[in-house]
Amino acid sequence: MLTSDSCLSLHKHGSSMASDSNSSESQRIAQQRLRIIAGHLQKHKDDDSGTIATECKAEANKGTVPRKRQEIMKWNGWGYSDSKFLFNKKGQAEFTGKRYRLSGMVLPSLQDWFENTFGASVNHKSPATPALNASAVPPASLNEAFVEDLKATGIPFSHEAEDRVFRAHGHCLHEIFALREGKKFERVPDMVVWPNCHSDVVKIVELACKHNVCLIPYGGGTSVTSALECPPEETRCIVSLDTSQMNRILWIDEKNLVAHVEAGIIGQDLERLLNESGYCTGHEPDSMEFSSLGGWVATRASGMKKNVYGNIEDLVIHIKVVTPRGVIEKSCQGPRMSTGPDIHHFILGSEGTLGVVTEVTMKIRPIPEYQKYGSVVFPNFEAGVACLREVAKQRCAPASIRLMDNEQFQFGHALKPQVSSIFTNFVEGLKKFYITKFKGFDPHQLVVATLLFEGDRERVLQHEKQVYDIAATFGGLAAGEDNGQRGYILTFVIAYLRDLGMDYYVVAESFETSVPWDRVLDLCRNVKERINRECKERGVQFQPLTSCRVTQTYDAGACVYFYFAFNYRGLADPVHTYERVEHAAREEILANGGSLSHHHGVGKLRKEWMKESISSLGVGMLQSVKDYVDPDNIFGNRNLL
Amino acid sequence: SVSSSFPFSLLSISSRKQRKNTIRDGFEDILEERRNSSDLKYALRCYAPVLYKGVTPCKANMLKNIVLQSDQLRYVINQVSQESGEAPDIIQEEASVILEEMAHRLQISTVRFFAFALSKAFKTLFQHVCVNEEGIQRLQQAIQEHPVVLLPSHRSYMDFLLMSYILYTYDLALPVIAAGMDFMGMKFVGEMLRMSGAFFIRRSFGGDKLYWAVFSEYVKTMLRNGFAPIEFFLEGTRSRTCKSLTPKLGLLNIVIEPFFKGEVFDVNLVPISISYERILEESLYARELLGVPKPKESTSGLLKARRILSEDYGSIHVYFGQPVSVRSLAQGKVNRSTYNLFPRHIPRKPMEETQSFVNDTAYRIVRLQEDNMVLKPWVLMASLLLQNLEGMELSVLTEQTVWLRGLALSYAAFLDWPDHAPTAKVVSSSLALHRGLACVSGGRVSLVVGEPLGPVTPEEALFNRAVSVLSCASYRNQVLHVFLRPAMLAVAMLHLSDEVYNCFSFLWDMFSNDFILCPGDTVQDFEEACYLLVKTGAVQMPQQDIVMTDIGQPTLSFFNGLLEPFLQGYQVVCRYLCEEASEGLTEKQYIPAVRSFHSVLCVFTGNLRCYEVLSSDMQKNALAALLRMDAVRKVKVADQVTLIVNKMAVNSIDDILGKNRMISHINQTQISPSLSLVAVAEDLCRDGLTPSYIR
Repeated sequence: MLTSDSCLSLHKHGSSMASDSNSSESQRIAQQRLRIIAGHLQKHKDDDSGTIATECKAEANKGTVPRKRQEIMKWNGWGYSDSKFLFNKKGQAEFTGKRYRLSGMVLPSLQDWFENTFGASVNHKSPATPALNASAVPPASLNEAFVEDLKATGIPFSHEAEDRVFRAHGHCLHEIFALREGKKFERVPDMVVWPNCHSDVVKIVELACKHNVCLIPYGGGTSVTSALECPPEETRCIVSLDTSQMNRILWIDEKNLVAHVEAGIIGQDLERLLNESGYCTGHEPDSMEFSSLGGWVATRASGMKKNVYGNIEDLVIHIKVVTPRGVIEKSCQGPRMSTGPDIHHFILGSEGTLGVVTEVTMKIRPIPEYQKYGSVVFPNFEAGVACLREVAKQRCAPASIRLMDNEQFQFGHALKPQVSSIFTNFVEGLKKFYITKFKGFDPHQLVVATLLFEGDRERVLQHEKQVYDIAATFGGLAAGEDNGQRGYILTFVIAYLRDLGMDYYVVAESFETSVPWDRVLDLCRNVKERINRECKERGVQFQPLTSCRVTQTYDAGACVYFYFAFNYRGLADPVHTYERVEHAAREEILANGGSLSHHHGVGKLRKEWMKESISSLGVGMLQSVKDYVDPDNIFGNRNLL
Repeated sequence: SVSSSFPFSLLSISSRKQRKNTIRDGFEDILEERRNSSDLKYALRCYAPVLYKGVTPCKANMLKNIVLQSDQLRYVINQVSQESGEAPDIIQEEASVILEEMAHRLQISTVRFFAFALSKAFKTLFQHVCVNEEGIQRLQQAIQEHPVVLLPSHRSYMDFLLMSYILYTYDLALPVIAAGMDFMGMKFVGEMLRMSGAFFIRRSFGGDKLYWAVFSEYVKTMLRNGFAPIEFFLEGTRSRTCKSLTPKLGLLNIVIEPFFKGEVFDVNLVPISISYERILEESLYARELLGVPKPKESTSGLLKARRILSEDYGSIHVYFGQPVSVRSLAQGKVNRSTYNLFPRHIPRKPMEETQSFVNDTAYRIVRLQEDNMVLKPWVLMASLLLQNLEGMELSVLTEQTVWLRGLALSYAAFLDWPDHAPTAKVVSSSLALHRGLACVSGGRVSLVVGEPLGPVTPEEALFNRAVSVLSCASYRNQVLHVFLRPAMLAVAMLHLSDEVYNCFSFLWDMFSNDFILCPGDTVQDFEEACYLLVKTGAVQMPQQDIVMTDIGQPTLSFFNGLLEPFLQGYQVVCRYLCEEASEGLTEKQYIPAVRSFHSVLCVFTGNLRCYEVLSSDMQKNALAALLRMDAVRKVKVADQVTLIVNKMAVNSIDDILGKNRMISHINQTQISPSLSLVAVAEDLCRDGLTPSYIR
């Protein structure tokens, strides 16, 4: 259940989502057709309402994610096995596979950028261990009685090393680094179970309570907070509860525009299936290609287009959670209630410590008629932030508006592919753009804001004008649609790029925060400076890359996202060094008025600051909920508290 | 024997590594080049300093606009407007006027003029102007990295001109300098200073919210923008005594706050020690301390001062200390996130945690200034002469100066003793430079006392004597910071109390207005004192005891003599308050009253030799100590502040000090300080007491 989120990311701009503006007519027709099909489905579902259990088995596994995740995904890196960056024999970077827009393309500038930015060389490789060494995995310590009872239920499970290791980690740097190094694992789950539906989960949780087994929910596995790490001190049998097979849309209610969905569904499947009916959720965290609905709920995920659709807490109408005490759910689907503190808020952000989210009713919207990317170039970061602030003030933020600093702008530049219709135009355009418009802009200062507008065509165009007008008052110049789209592509490739960096002695990570508007600039500057300084003090031989973007805007502040990478040659323990620097960076964030997390969550990585963040009384309140709901700590991942 | 009880173990002290870093940079004489090349060329040369990496280029005028339009100032303007009922426009206009009066107009042409004129003046007045170039290099580095605050010691009007002159010489960014409004009295000079980077602050603006807002925002804006290094004097005013003054916190609070609020990554504080071999204002200060009013700064006064141009003022040493990172200092002491819950543009009283951090920082910086003050041989000689007001044989003075030099060096004093020169030569040339203060006749050295024409009243004689003692004391005071802690310990040991630490702690508390004693450092200072005395073999510390050694006698009695004037002075004040002070004594009456009380004591009984208590500085410090110890209270009656004396408390303080009086009483009859202690010891033994420090 612990999953979601965004740091490393990937999603559908590359694949299905990047609809061209002129395709709207065919889309409309398709929608109509899909709506009819959806109607049939609805009827079908109603007919079967009494036999959920059988349906549960019959319809299983229509999603992208197989039980054996390692069949399609890397066991020691990000994403699909067939997609990765590499430097070819000519030293040029290319992206393999067929899944993404960049797939199969050569990126001629990447090598230069990579070598110059990090002081790295394509001749200095730090290759990963090729395959999982089964002897590095501690043997499964099974609770035989539990296994016996589980067998009787017919719910599939496994205690193979590969399955267990895959669910022993998220995507923190130290986790991936350890996998690549082939380090011995201290503690991994002893077995993995794949429930197919809510009632399977109820059975599993009952058995876990009966036999005192530790359960760790697992959704998409994209956690970046050490949330999936097994507590080494846990002596009970640890069972990883993989929700990936609970991936169906159970019904769509067009009258109320809500859909009832199993919580194991991953973002791309949810979106694809809803699109077939002419709908979308609009919830697009950067990790949506792999992260799951349950994970989003469990971490308080945030989507790129939250300005139109809202964050996860705005989207959920009803949540069903299986806990050791039983099932928690509300009795109606009223859009807002005054019934004491909202119990959903105990679940949202609970990070797998209370139970398993099994089903969620969430808002859906018709697929927008028209979508348009855009970008604005500002002379410097200050001007860009001032513009975003004004946009937020006038409450006219597009579906997405992000401000990338100069480092990210240059990074984006380095990802220019060699051949591509959309990109050739862009490169040409950019050249012209440089000459005609960038005059007076310092290429080492300028920053770019990327925009995504959605809605009906006329409104989008109107909206676009409004935003560009505001930008102009801050010295911003419109810099084209392609430039904007490229910005969003960067978001998903960066996760794959980290693996490339790790092949060449470069470690990288990202972290995020939310901060009041008036402190955005100070926070960004101080955190970058702190990172640079800490790296120097800790013996990092090369100048680190520190980069940030303002990635979400709110009425009262913004979400800021940092990237941080350095060449670790010459360091005895690069992961330790990295962790100390990240720790210092987080302290700096807190000292500058930033939050502990905007959407990544706390996990085990940031537990130490919880008291400081929400007061010890606050921690006590959460603890008392935990104590009531799960007195035996069945959900024993030890996140958060 | 009685063992002394300490609240901590002292056994670790001798093994502890010495606190002070005694490795210091060497000096370069910047006048040397001036004597060999054209001053005009120098004044007109290319000046291209490195700037702060985050600098927003900005003219002095734009700066004013930024300040006037800042959220901070706008907030206060609205607040003042609401309180006073005046329209915000009018308040805004007021703010603009304040800023106009305050702001600098730094211009390179004026700086060049000063570069030329000061070159001429310095060459006439001084033999050398020495600067540690490594410090300059460190400063240059710091200026690029972070906003820098220059914190020089303040002994002379020369200080800030000298600072700008040096920075210009080394092609460093010229500072903007916080100067007192009094300069503005000198019309032309005031404007010149303004154009060389000075900005002017009223001496007091207690409750004036608007003034404070304009002032603090002006300084912060320059700091945040990295416009220029900001320079001000932590001591607030020129020290008339050459002792470092208790630091003032206002400006330091202002320059540190942007760090706490996250507006800058760090702020670097650079302590700078400016040591004058002879201070231009030497006898002026003594007179001022004795109550002759300070001459008002005026251009004509400055011109009259031209006659000082004909004298030799020796050398100046300017030591640029290691930049101190506020960020590092604050690590673990101030939780910056407490600033998160309040809008940053609304002025707020600093939190307790912050206040104590700033206070602590201020003291540390002043101590760093002290540590790097260059001491001349004369400073040692003056310390000896003041313990022998009847005069002393030149040969004895020479011998004891050599002895004192050894002691000072082992206490890490930054002594500028000429290499390879015979001691007699060093002593005689020091005497020559300071011939206004001391003279040799018939092989005896004594203080020079100004002889007015015509008949002299006893009061006048006393006054003249006091001028020469106070002038001389201003040199002795320069070495006090080196000896202070062991000296207090020595006094505590010579005290009849068994509780050496308690006595030390009492003296520490008592003197914390007179000397730079960092708040809360009593134990640490005590340990340092023990360490130093042990190190030089003056005491031994078997187990929990402190025992004077045979060779320790001269050291301890010298130290006792060193602090004697302070002990006596405080006692005179106590006696005055107990015996003479009337009901309803006002704060204003206090100083002249003590002064005349003392004169009476002196002139008619002739048994008190303490001239230094005539100094208003000591009187104020003594009063401050008594106020702090709750022996005296201030009560505001109508417009006047009245002092309410708790005679019991004052009496008991006098009593504690009085135990030392026995020693000093004996001391007066001694010729050599090394003998006095023996006499004390004999005295004590006769009384049947065996103090623990004598075995």
